[in-house]
Amino acid sequence: MDFERILVTVAGELFAPTTAAYALAAIGLNIHFGLTGLLNFGQAGFMLLGAYGFAISTIAGWPIWAALLVAVACSTVFALILGIPTLKLRGDYLAIVTIAAAEIVRIVGRSTALTNVTGASSGLRGDSYKQTFHALSPFGEGSTTIGPFTYSNSFSNSWWLRVVAWVVVALACLLVWRLMRSPWGRVLKGIREDEDAVRSLGKNVYAYKMQALILGGVIGSLAGILYVLPRAVQPDSMGRPMTFWVWTILLLGGAATVFGPVLGAMLFWSVLMLIRVVGRAVIPSSVMSTAQIEQFGWIIVGVTLMLLVIFRPQGILGDKKELAINVR
Amino acid sequence: MSAEAVAALAAVPHTPGAPKPDPILVADHVTRRFGGMTAVDVQHIEVQRGTITALIGPNGAGKTTLFNLLTGFDQPNSGSWTFEGRSLAGVSAARVSKAGMVRTFQLTKALSRMTVMENMRLGAKDQPGESLARALVPPLWRARETEITAKAEELLARFKLYEKRDDFAGSLSGGQRKLLEMARALMSDPTMVMLDEPMAGVNPALTQSLLGHIQSLRDEGTTVLFVEHDMHMVRHISDWVAVMAEGRLVAEGPPGTVMADPAVVDAYLGAHHDTDLGDDALLDESVARQLEREAAAEEQAHEEDQR
Repeated sequence: MDFERILVTVAGELFAPTTAAYALAAIGLNIHFGLTGLLNFGQAGFMLLGAYGFAISTIAGWPIWAALLVAVACSTVFALILGIPTLKLRGDYLAIVTIAAAEIVRIVGRSTALTNVTGASSGLRGDSYKQTFHALSPFGEGSTTIGPFTYSNSFSNSWWLRVVAWVVVALACLLVWRLMRSPWGRVLKGIREDEDAVRSLGKNVYAYKMQALILGGVIGSLAGILYVLPRAVQPDSMGRPMTFWVWTILLLGGAATVFGPVLGAMLFWSVLMLIRVVGRAVIPSSVMSTAQIEQFGWIIVGVTLMLLVIFRPQGILGDKKELAINVR
Repeated sequence: MSAEAVAALAAVPHTPGAPKPDPILVADHVTRRFGGMTAVDVQHIEVQRGTITALIGPNGAGKTTLFNLLTGFDQPNSGSWTFEGRSLAGVSAARVSKAGMVRTFQLTKALSRMTVMENMRLGAKDQPGESLARALVPPLWRARETEITAKAEELLARFKLYEKRDDFAGSLSGGQRKLLEMARALMSDPTMVMLDEPMAGVNPALTQSLLGHIQSLRDEGTTVLFVEHDMHMVRHISDWVAVMAEGRLVAEGPPGTVMADPAVVDAYLGAHHDTDLGDDALLDESVARQLEREAAAEEQAHEEDQR
C-alpha cells in the first residue's frame, strides 16, 4: 500500500474546486436553514440554474460579468417563484415545493426540446464556456507543481480556479459572519425560533424570509458555476443527490455557524476519497470491485448522516448548549 | 393623565358597548366564524385611553380570538375597528404592532435559542441595521444598538431579569418567560399593550411585582387591555371590566359592579367565586353540607326550568 499516494490524493480533495463549490452551496443553504429555518430541499436546482445561466450566456458570446449577472438573475427569479406562494405557509410546504422545483429545472434542462440551448441530457461541453474564465487568469500557460500537487495553471481543473473558488468562499464566510452579528441576522434568528412572536414585534416576516431565500439561492447559483468550471454542465449530475450532499455537509459542519459549511465540505470529500482509495488498496477485487467500492463510499456517507443527526445534531462546530434547549 | 382617564370612566353607563369619553380603540360589528360556530360576535366595544381594561369570560368565550382579530393575527368575517382614529381592519400583524398596539401570547413565545438580551433587542423599533443593505455597514446601526441595549438593560432590571441577560431564553422558567415577553413588548414604547393571560403560570411572589409593573405602565400613559382568569388580579388592578360569553359582550363596568352583576355571576363566576378553594375552612363539615344543599337546590331549579 502506497501511503504517500493515498495521503496526497486525500489532501488534494481538501482544496479541490469541487470542495469549494460544495462549501459555497452549503453556505447558501446555511442562510436558508441555519439562520432563517427555511427548509430548502432544492439547492441543486439553484446550482444548476446558475450553471446554465452562466454557460448558456457565455456560449452566446456574452462577457463574463454579464454571464455572472444572468446566473444571479436566474436564481433570484427562481427564489421569487418559489417563495411568493410558499413563504406565507408553514415551513414544510417550502420543502416540498423546492424539491419538486429543482427536479423541474433538471428535467426541463435535459429535455430534447431544448437540445440546441442546454444540450439536453448530454449537457454542455466544458470547452464551450470556459474560455472567458481562462482568459482572466494571470498565471499563463503550462502547469505548476507545489509540493506534491501538480495542476495546470489556468485551464479547467487549475490553480487559477482554486484561487478564485476559495476567495469566493472566504468572501461568503465574511458576509455570513457580518450578517449573523447584525440586527438583520437577529430578525432571521427570531423567525427561525417563532414567526408569530417576531410578527407581534412589528417585523415584516414575509419580506425577511424572501430576502434570505434569494440571498442563499444566489450564493447557491455561484456555487453551481464553480462546480461546472472544471467539468461540463451535466443536468443529471446535479439532481437530488447533490442537494442531500449539501445538506450532509451543512449538518456535519454545524448549521448556524460561520465555518461549519467549509469544514463540512472538506471533511466530506476527503473522507469519501479516503474510503475509496484505501478500499481499492486493501479490499481484493474478488470481494468488492472498484465500482462497488465507489458505492460503498456512499453507503458510509448515508450511515454517517444518520449517526450524526442522532448523536451530534449540532454538527462539529455547533453550540451544544444552543441545541440542548427544547424548542417550544 | 391616567388619573383623569380613570376618573372619566365614572360617568360611563354600565352597559355593554358603552361609549367612552376618550376611546383609543373602537370596534364595530366584529364577527369571526369557524365553520358553523360563531367564535366572536361583538357589536360595539370601546377601550378608554390610559386605563387598565380587563376582558374576562369563561373558556371559549372568544377573548383570545378577539385579540387575534384586533392585532391582525386572524381575519374577521366582518367588522371594522379603529386604533387612535386609524382603521386597522385587514392590516397585517406587523403593521398593527408598528402602529403602537403590541400584544403578548397566551402560550408564551420566548425565542428559546436566543439570549434574553437578543430577545429584548428584537423588540425595539427603528433599528436601521434590520435592513439587509445597512446591516453590512455597522457604523450605520451601532449607535442605535447602544441606545437599544441601554433601554433593554433598564427594562430587564425592572423585571428582575438583568442577571439572566446572557442566558438562553429557553432556560428561563415559565414565569420568567412571561416577564420576558412583557418586557420585550415594551421595548417599542407601545401606546397600547394587549396582554393575553399575563398571570397564567406565574408564581405568587412574581404576581405581585407583575401587577405593579402593569399599574406603573398605566401611570406612564400606556393603555392596557388584558385577558385574565385570575379574579383577584382583575379586581385588584383593573379600572374597567368587559365580560364576554359565547362570543358576545355581555356586561361592562367597574370591577366591583360587574362582579356583583347576577348575569355575570351566573355566566361565569359562579356563586362561590370569592371562596378560596385552598382555604381549610372548606374542610369543615358544616360548610361542605351547606355547599351540597346549594348544589342540590340549583339542580332542582334547573330541572324545573327544563320542565
